[in-house]
Amino acid sequence: MSGSASEGVALGAVPGIAAQSGPARRVRSLRGLAAGFGRAALPWALPVAVILLWQAAASLGFLSSRVLPAPGDVALAFWRTLNDGSLLANVLVSTRRALIGLAIGGGIGFALGIANGIWRPAETALDSTLQMLRNVPHLAIIPLVILWFGIGEEAKIFLVAIGVAFPIYLNTFHGIRTVDRGLVEMARVYGLSPAALFWRIVLPGAMPSILVGLRYALGIMWLTLIVAETIASSSGIGYMTMNAREFLQTDVVVLGVLAYALLGKAADSLTRAIEHRMLAWHPAYQGRRAGLAS
Amino acid sequence: MSTPLTAFGDGALTSPRPPPPAAAGARCGAHITLGGVVKAFGERPVLRRLDLAVPAGQFLAVVGRSGGGKTTLMRLIAGLDGATSGRVAVGGEIVTGLQSQVRLLFQDARLVPWQRVLGNVGIARGPDWRHAAARALRDVGLGDRGREWPLVLSGGQKQRVALARALVSRPSVLLLDEPFGALDALTRIEMHRLTERIWQEHRFTTVLITHDVAEAVALADRVVVLRQGEIALDIPIDLPRPRREAGDPAAAALQARILAAV
Ligand SMILES: Nc1ncnc2c1ncn2[C@@H]1O[C@H](COP(=O)(O)OP(=O)(O)O)[C@@H](O)[C@H]1O
Ligand SMILES: [Mg+2]
Repeated sequence: MSGSASEGVALGAVPGIAAQSGPARRVRSLRGLAAGFGRAALPWALPVAVILLWQAAASLGFLSSRVLPAPGDVALAFWRTLNDGSLLANVLVSTRRALIGLAIGGGIGFALGIANGIWRPAETALDSTLQMLRNVPHLAIIPLVILWFGIGEEAKIFLVAIGVAFPIYLNTFHGIRTVDRGLVEMARVYGLSPAALFWRIVLPGAMPSILVGLRYALGIMWLTLIVAETIASSSGIGYMTMNAREFLQTDVVVLGVLAYALLGKAADSLTRAIEHRMLAWHPAYQGRRAGLAS
Repeated sequence: MSTPLTAFGDGALTSPRPPPPAAAGARCGAHITLGGVVKAFGERPVLRRLDLAVPAGQFLAVVGRSGGGKTTLMRLIAGLDGATSGRVAVGGEIVTGLQSQVRLLFQDARLVPWQRVLGNVGIARGPDWRHAAARALRDVGLGDRGREWPLVLSGGQKQRVALARALVSRPSVLLLDEPFGALDALTRIEMHRLTERIWQEHRFTTVLITHDVAEAVALADRVVVLRQGEIALDIPIDLPRPRREAGDPAAAALQARILAAV
């Protein structure tokens, strides 16, 4: 260690080492530690302030619990539903519906996107029909879906599948059609078989667009599920909140909203992780070194 | 047999022939012959009754203005397009589609961004491709860059990788479509020396397309000027190798003759 004056920042980052040094350094390191803590805490300041204000307004009686429950009550509701197992059960039911719907609808959308993207006759036969169907808002057919399936699992899974299929289809199709023609030509010149051309050039080239479709589909997936569970269900987070509404348990309603938000966030983080893995070659996903070099 | 991927299948006449049984042992060059070749896009003729014979192992440069039909000529030799009339043959065989003995370098390197450098060089895979690709990379002076993504390489390095990719299958014909046009002057000279060295080692027939007359005179055994779809000049370059990039009066005289014809 050189002991120069420029250590404030570095010491803030390694407080354990700094604490063993002389008293002057200790003061500086404490200041650095406080600065580091401040930087980390700053983004949280506003939400924490809002929650404190909200709690205060509720405690002082400005905010009726019929309009909005106090944060403390939501926390209590969380604890209560966690202990009686209903929260976890409902979250699992909802997650299961979401994932099955995504697998079915996403699988169909992906397969259609691939088929129409690489095979002209399929596009000619299917694309205009799909474009027409795409314009039907899938939530508008909820009454029909209830008539067909009742309020069982099939209804929710069907709606989610329909909802996610189109964004995945469109982005897969678009991704495949916009693969660099020069690369495809190069691959043919270098003797790649049709299968190798697909796996090594076409699919990876379409992947950025496919992942955009996936992220979009995940948003639609949760939205569809919320609506479907709220209207016609006897389990799941949506059912939990509608049930709570009948008993004026606004704390449980807010808890359900939070649960949806967290599930949505988790899905988004997962796609981000997938993007970082699949698009590691892409300049936008590379480290600083690569970014500077190009 | 009908292959899928029809959305991409507009260019080539047929799918490529299977690669040769063993990549061992360098093939020597194959001769190229064009007889009365006409190529028209719609009503507009781009090549008008072209006759050209390139002996095996020759380094030919084709010079011409932009839009003069140079790339079109190269695509015919590669089998990427068919001639409107006339015949194109490589190694005595009429070209009907892509050929594994012909490799080409595009002006843009056309590296696959999601394959590492080594994966790009061995893009056709095949038996023991890693060794073959690593050897080709060493050949172009990039032996230590196999693990990199192509997007971090400089323009000259990308063309080196593309050259290595072309060398892996030991082609008998190498077609170069203005591959050095986008490079800075120093890198271009480096690439000239590299291309010349590799050509001297492998002895494949080389067709270099360029609009740079100095480049043509520095590298080629023979220069052909393509003007409005016809051969306007066809001269041998008898300068000894290795050649100087600048300052040779004999080369300057040749350049002047070619420029007058372009
Ligand atoms: N696929 C095509 N369809 C129509 N015209 C083309 C096509 N390819 C090339 N051409 C035309 O042929 C002419 C020669 O093009 P090209 O061979 O690329 O010239 P060069 O490589 O010498 O610059 C140009 O006028 C170009 O517009
Ligand atoms: Mg050209």
